[in-house]
Amino acid sequence: MQSAASLMKSTGILLIVFLLLAVLHQDFWNWDNAHLVFGFMPLGLAYHALYSLVAATFWGIVMKVAWPHDLEEWADGGEQPSDVRGR
Amino acid sequence: MATIWIIITYLGALLAFAMGSKLFFRGTSADYFVASRSIGPFMLLMSVFGTTMTAFALVGSTGKAFERGIGTYGLMASSSGLIHAACFFLIGIKLWSIGKRYGYVTQIQFFRGRFDSNGLGYLLFPVLVLLVIPYLLIGVIGAAKTMIGVTGPKGPNPGMFPELFAGTNGAVPAWLTGLVVCLVVLCYIFAGGSRAAAWANTFQTLVFMVMGILAFYLISQKLGGLSAAIEQAKDSHKVRTLSENGEVGVSQLMFATYMFIPLSVGMFPHLFQHWLTAKSAKAFKLTVIAHPICIMIVWVPCVLIGVWATGVLPEDAISGAVLAKMVGILVKDPVIVGLVTAGILAAIMSSLDSQFLCLGTIFTNDIVLHNSRKDFTDRQILLMARGFVVGIVALTYILSLVLFKKNVFDLAVWCFSGFAALTPLVLAALYWRRATKAGAYACVLTVVVTWFIFFAMSGFGGEYTVLGGVMPVAICWLAGAVAMVGVSLVTTPPDEATVAKFFH
Repeated sequence: MQSAASLMKSTGILLIVFLLLAVLHQDFWNWDNAHLVFGFMPLGLAYHALYSLVAATFWGIVMKVAWPHDLEEWADGGEQPSDVRGR
Repeated sequence: MATIWIIITYLGALLAFAMGSKLFFRGTSADYFVASRSIGPFMLLMSVFGTTMTAFALVGSTGKAFERGIGTYGLMASSSGLIHAACFFLIGIKLWSIGKRYGYVTQIQFFRGRFDSNGLGYLLFPVLVLLVIPYLLIGVIGAAKTMIGVTGPKGPNPGMFPELFAGTNGAVPAWLTGLVVCLVVLCYIFAGGSRAAAWANTFQTLVFMVMGILAFYLISQKLGGLSAAIEQAKDSHKVRTLSENGEVGVSQLMFATYMFIPLSVGMFPHLFQHWLTAKSAKAFKLTVIAHPICIMIVWVPCVLIGVWATGVLPEDAISGAVLAKMVGILVKDPVIVGLVTAGILAAIMSSLDSQFLCLGTIFTNDIVLHNSRKDFTDRQILLMARGFVVGIVALTYILSLVLFKKNVFDLAVWCFSGFAALTPLVLAALYWRRATKAGAYACVLTVVVTWFIFFAMSGFGGEYTVLGGVMPVAICWLAGAVAMVGVSLVTTPPDEATVAKFFH
């Protein structure tokens, strides 16, 4: 498990990468490019297909370094379902 | 006839598979509403992905790519890969833990508890229900229109059943398709609740993913291979350049602000319920990582088919029928047509079941049980939930017949926009201790008002942008966020005990 300081640092880095990914999604430099990747895939589509794989990789890293380890324990220590009623 | 038999076989297999979950049914309301929180990683991935995708996955993506070109993928799919996964991680896992700790089964229970407000539940109830209903209608009407396209007249030839359905020139009529779809979904949801929905969604998701790839492969073969297929397509659809009339391509502003739409998964009540079915927080890991890949597997082939269709179909072809037409014209084989139609129905029905169940759950828990002074037995609660599900299915079916000729598909983006614009509420509830009840009210009311203004300006449906390409959802979202923050800061902080209950 990570220390609180190192978790804060890695969360900060992941937030920056997330924002970078959001910017990279706006690939204005590919807008008019009609080049075909592998002879059949328009570049604008190939870029975003690759983007999906990068997004999956990013979330894989997030799961590894920013997983909330204490969440399950907290979830198990609750009140009974009947408490839902009322308010 | 082979086509119809394939579809009947698919529906029979779906029913048998979903009813198989009944063997594991524990007979309690907790099992009915949230499968006793026992769903593992793979089934959670399949049910969440299947529920999120709707009819848009196969039919909408192909049709939109036929209209606008390759920009469709970036607009709706790759952005969802990033944003949906973020919602699952930041909102889903946290709500799962709170739901498990306090036994919540609906979103409204969570918001009532978090903001210590009964009234907020009554404010949210009609908003959530009214946003889900058009979404349900899109599913039922979409299924009926797909079946009319598949079984209807082809050129001078009548449809498949000219003697049986003379009124529709041989096509299976909308009332029959709607009835069958509603009854099949009702059967397994009535019997097994959310466990049946999870099992059915797993089966349906696998079916529509495989059928999408099958259609892609067969159509590309008929067009002479992948390279030949793209060569014959219109050049305008291979880039994102906006055409002079604005009908092909995408503007960069629209592309950027469309990223707000996928936030809708953070507020979908039916997805909330699926999250609560998870066995553990760890079960979410596979869903978060694999969701962008699953989207890619389904959307890349469909977008390419839509782009290829620009070289095959006339410009005025109905976008919703592009996939069915490409399979019908190019592949022709009735077995393949049946399989692809089964895939389309699978994509539609995998969302319908969760939505029916979620509305039944909301009515039971947030309206009847919440207000009742009487202590109901678990058996009575179960009976009540099932009764509500039957009522909602019946109402949806009747509305689908009444509104069949209206273009309810135009409402889809507005439903998504409404849910997306409400995400500041859930984000503040989960991550901001200072968020107050008044802030929550202000957020919901601001979103409702701004959303309605834009909806009216659009002529009550359809694609609509402001300020040269900005999606209204971006403005509604920002207005909701500002209202949430501003009003919370000027009102009394929430009770310490309430805050302590939700933050650890």
